[in-house]
Amino acid sequence: MSSTGESPLLPAGGAHVRAVTDEFHGDLLEVSMGPHHPSTHGVFRMMVTLDGERIVRLKPVFGYLHRNHEKIGESTTYLSSMPYTDRLDYLNSMTNNWAYALAVEKLAGVPVPERAEYLRIILAELTRLQNHICLAGFLLQDSGASGTPLMYAFREREKILGLFESLSGSRMMCNYQRFGGCRVDAAPDWLARARNLVNGFGAFLDEFEELVTGNEILMARTQGIGVLTAPAAVGAGITGPMLRAAGVGYDVRKVDGYGLYPRFSFRVPVGAHGDTYDRYMIRILEMRESISILQQALKDIPEGPVMDPKAKIRGFRPKPGEAYGRIEGPKGEIGFYLISDGTPNPYRYRVRPPSFINLTVLEDLCLGHTVADSVVILGSIDIVLGEVDR
Amino acid sequence: MLGTGLLKGLAVTARNLVGSFHDDARYTTVEYPEVKAALPEAFRNFPFLVSENADDPMGTLRCVACQICEKECPPQCIYIEKSKDKKPDANGKLQIYPAVFAIDTSVCMNCQICVEVCPFDAIKMDHVFEIATGDRFLELLLNREQLAKPNSYFHSIRPNEAAEVDARLAADRKAAEEKAKAAALAKAAAKPAPPAGAPGAPKPPGEPKPPTA
Repeated sequence: MSSTGESPLLPAGGAHVRAVTDEFHGDLLEVSMGPHHPSTHGVFRMMVTLDGERIVRLKPVFGYLHRNHEKIGESTTYLSSMPYTDRLDYLNSMTNNWAYALAVEKLAGVPVPERAEYLRIILAELTRLQNHICLAGFLLQDSGASGTPLMYAFREREKILGLFESLSGSRMMCNYQRFGGCRVDAAPDWLARARNLVNGFGAFLDEFEELVTGNEILMARTQGIGVLTAPAAVGAGITGPMLRAAGVGYDVRKVDGYGLYPRFSFRVPVGAHGDTYDRYMIRILEMRESISILQQALKDIPEGPVMDPKAKIRGFRPKPGEAYGRIEGPKGEIGFYLISDGTPNPYRYRVRPPSFINLTVLEDLCLGHTVADSVVILGSIDIVLGEVDR
Repeated sequence: MLGTGLLKGLAVTARNLVGSFHDDARYTTVEYPEVKAALPEAFRNFPFLVSENADDPMGTLRCVACQICEKECPPQCIYIEKSKDKKPDANGKLQIYPAVFAIDTSVCMNCQICVEVCPFDAIKMDHVFEIATGDRFLELLLNREQLAKPNSYFHSIRPNEAAEVDARLAADRKAAEEKAKAAALAKAAAKPAPPAGAPGAPKPPGEPKPPTA
């Protein structure tokens, strides 16, 4: 409603017909964007208050996809929650699985064999590639490049999803990680396919960048739009590429060194301006680093078991205690906080969703910009509503 | 110069357009209903029940209605009722069988947890995915007659996994036979001794089958 407290849409003092040339008397206009708007990447609603074309207030409304994820996690066994984590951020089920497995492994003290750690890193970086390339495609779609870049992005993504499918059985709902390793081993021909894909991905990225990065329309639409400063990003708990685009070099892979990441040499790209263009470029640069990690991992992957021999599938009861497992997901820090009371079900199951927390700064980024910009800014935050609403 | 970025981008689209006519890497789609992409062996969709014999699928189900999958199923889409009587399984051992085994495929989320927890290799994931129907209730609630598929079908969709399962089951069967034989020998050895020797036998009587069975 309007800032004066009176509704701008319902005229005070009974019905009257406004003159066509009235132009709202300088009143504010409230527009409900979504929940079924294609630019909102799911069912997300932005209550935008406009002064002319400029946004003066933006209220995010979500919860349309709420599925009781955390409560379900408390009423099912530890293993049964694993397929539900696929459905949090349904683009990145492999990293969700890993974060959850890491939390449970911390809770129960399950070791992970070396080959499984390598496989996890390979799959997590492949996930990062396909998430970021999707984001770049969608960002272009949001700024008006209808179809073409998105289709090229999806063509590459489909190859990665094909790899996931032949390893885990499902393209997106992988349900692959287990407490103490991975469910099945990767065959040598799977690794050869992955190597082939990784070696070709750099050329694809070059072509994609040629198509998009130097595009004047994209630059005009994104440079200087939705600037997020480093203090604001840190204050709001932003993580992932969005935080690094704001100029803070914080990466859980480097900070925590979970898994075997300390063995790999890679750089953490950091942005300078914190605008939408930086957020796009950070993703492109991260993909190049991911390719380097993948090449190292696929070269060095050792032979051996992929499952800890003492790991249990049935009758899994961790000792009472609590654990928080976090990893650097493609969208930011994804973490699972678990409290065990010694029963087969967790006593408390809590998700730290990067999409949701990154979304909290949406209003700050959009103020003063136009409605069309808000769509691009939302795209650059990279949300998946399955994770926001849980 | 303003516009060079755009022109470069257009050159990329032109390259992809022309390339799609003669380069398989740039033309990746298939015309779905007529052409179907080959499914990888690991592909999973809905579960099915493995039966040993195609001629008598209900009589030779591997499932012994232990209800572990029913308990572990995350969305709780499996419903099992144990039988009152016992029937001999493929090894000739008397077992309980599922009098009712139903899977609601409108609830199933294809996660494969039932397959992982099954100790009898009785439930496996299928490759069938075109199950669209006009009736969303009974048509999607599959009973055991619809779920049962012979082991030969399992071999046809997942040759590697099925061979592995068969080898494991054969090894288990052999081990059970040897154990039964050892038990019979121990019993025979214990016979001359006073009745106190009877509880020493590891298996209850009636268990050992002649190896020719």
